[in-house]
Amino acid sequence: MTKIKSPADLKRIKNEVLLRNGLLENSNKSEQVIQIKVGMATCGIASGAKEIMKYFIEECDQLAVDANIKQTGCLGYCYAEPMVEVTVPGAEPKVFGYVDNKKVQEIIEKYIIQGEKVEGEIPISFRTIND
Amino acid sequence: MTDTKKQLRIALRNCGLIDPEQIEDYIAQDGYFALGKCLTELTPEIVIEEIKSSGLRGRGGGGFPTGLKWEITKNVKNEQKYVVCNADEGDPGAFMDRSILEGDPHSVLEAMAICGYCIGANTGIIYIRAEYPLAIARLKTAIKQAEEYGLIGDNIFDSGFNFKIEMRYGAGAFVCGEETALIHSMEGLRGEPTVKPPFPSVSGYMKKPTNVNNVETFASVPVIINKGASWFNKIGTEKSKGTKVFALAGKINNVGLVEVPMGTTLREVIYEIGGGIMNGKEFKSVQTGGPSGGCLTKDFLDTPIDYDNLIAAGSMMGSGGMIVMDEDDCMVSIAKFYLEFTLEESCGKCNPCRIGNKRLHEILTKITEGNGTVDDIERLKVLSNVIKDTSLCGLGQSSPNPVLSTIANFGDEYLAHVKDGKCPAGQCKSLLRYDIVEDLCTGCTLCFRNCPVGAITGERRLPHFIDQSLCIKCGVCFEKCKFDAITLT
Repeated sequence: MTKIKSPADLKRIKNEVLLRNGLLENSNKSEQVIQIKVGMATCGIASGAKEIMKYFIEECDQLAVDANIKQTGCLGYCYAEPMVEVTVPGAEPKVFGYVDNKKVQEIIEKYIIQGEKVEGEIPISFRTIND
Repeated sequence: MTDTKKQLRIALRNCGLIDPEQIEDYIAQDGYFALGKCLTELTPEIVIEEIKSSGLRGRGGGGFPTGLKWEITKNVKNEQKYVVCNADEGDPGAFMDRSILEGDPHSVLEAMAICGYCIGANTGIIYIRAEYPLAIARLKTAIKQAEEYGLIGDNIFDSGFNFKIEMRYGAGAFVCGEETALIHSMEGLRGEPTVKPPFPSVSGYMKKPTNVNNVETFASVPVIINKGASWFNKIGTEKSKGTKVFALAGKINNVGLVEVPMGTTLREVIYEIGGGIMNGKEFKSVQTGGPSGGCLTKDFLDTPIDYDNLIAAGSMMGSGGMIVMDEDDCMVSIAKFYLEFTLEESCGKCNPCRIGNKRLHEILTKITEGNGTVDDIERLKVLSNVIKDTSLCGLGQSSPNPVLSTIANFGDEYLAHVKDGKCPAGQCKSLLRYDIVEDLCTGCTLCFRNCPVGAITGERRLPHFIDQSLCIKCGVCFEKCKFDAITLT
């Protein structure tokens, strides 16, 4: 692996990631994919997040939904685990709590494919360092 | 739940946002930019000055100014120094550090390297409890990835600065969160504290100058470098800057992790972020600071949270456990619960802690079993103060806090136990009494048939009786009776 030797190297990697995720101005918007993040800290895994993630991958495959499904840490809403955050290109990220297999199907079929509202959304109640 | 955006996530900035096993994800959030800036543009003196003026204080509970600690360690002359990350999180119900390590391990590695650059150390060691296997696995992955990119290792950013990071596993002893005990455990010795001074900054791991900081403290550092001390020190109160992560637990609707600016009130955390008390019950008390902290009443709900206010209120910030209790919790039993924890975790090296806490626990047990006297309350106070004044380390010095604060804030409950023989919350079984009201009892024999110890006698269709000497206060008769003929007093 190429060593990072300067802040410029870091910026290059940062831009590569942002470009890949369609988050830069010159990113090709049509290539943006749906981002699905599954909370996989101890709290999430204990509530069944591993199975949820597996099921998301299977269902997206079956329904031919092109999505980037990945694990992430804990958002802090331990009471509502397992939690997933779904970002459809052009829309604000949505966080769903108490996710089970039925909810996974609902999220994919109703929210992602048809753009309908799905119950069980958790409002994001924090500011970030960039706000 | 009210969504008021009371939270501000600095230490938790990347938790839930990035994939903790992908270093590129961290870099995309300006990860390692702070390390790059320090090594290529700033001298150690300037970085330390920045941390000092940010007002960052130790998040493990002590609240010691972080920049000052770095400066002290830097000024000790020695060829070999160490940076240690204290990840021995052990307060009951607290999981702030675990979440940071599981969700954003690189933030801690980056800050440790920055610290190493400032104090002149080439080795960082993370002391983490073996009960955190996922955090350990993710840290290992993170270290490996950072090494592959050359962000940890030799000649980082072509600056000539070398820094490596190792890990040590603790066996989960609470006392090892105390820095001298932690260092002894790292050296392979018993995890027992020793008298300070010498402080670890002067003589720590392997007798070398060692800078020990908590996970959350480290996690805040890169943001301070990137956004500037003047950005950070605008957040918070006069003497406590920035934000604090709390693990909200107990009888609260939204159990979880919250990060709020210093100065947020307990009411805002419990009601607005935490969603209030479960099952619509009445709030009784909030415990902060774990086994070293105190229980605060509703009169303190509007106290702005910071290091000094919580101490003035009779509790402490601690590492960030926040346990909420409702009307059904008996405060004497709560004090006893924390004492049980301390007893179990006391290393036994010094007498006040080993024997004193045992005696405190015995007196509390006596009170909850209905054998306490008014004098016992006074005895608890005197003994508590002796333990506080004479114990060797922070564990013993703070272990009587739950006892003292519950006596100060819930003295009536202690008196109800010892004077009236009653437990107002109905938790202390020995003080409960079930009776059958003769006029209401139909003699249906349902209670008689369900009593697990045969304490109920009586003829069919005639009033039944409970033999108090046999009754184990299980409450089955009370629940089963269809005629409300059984009273609980």
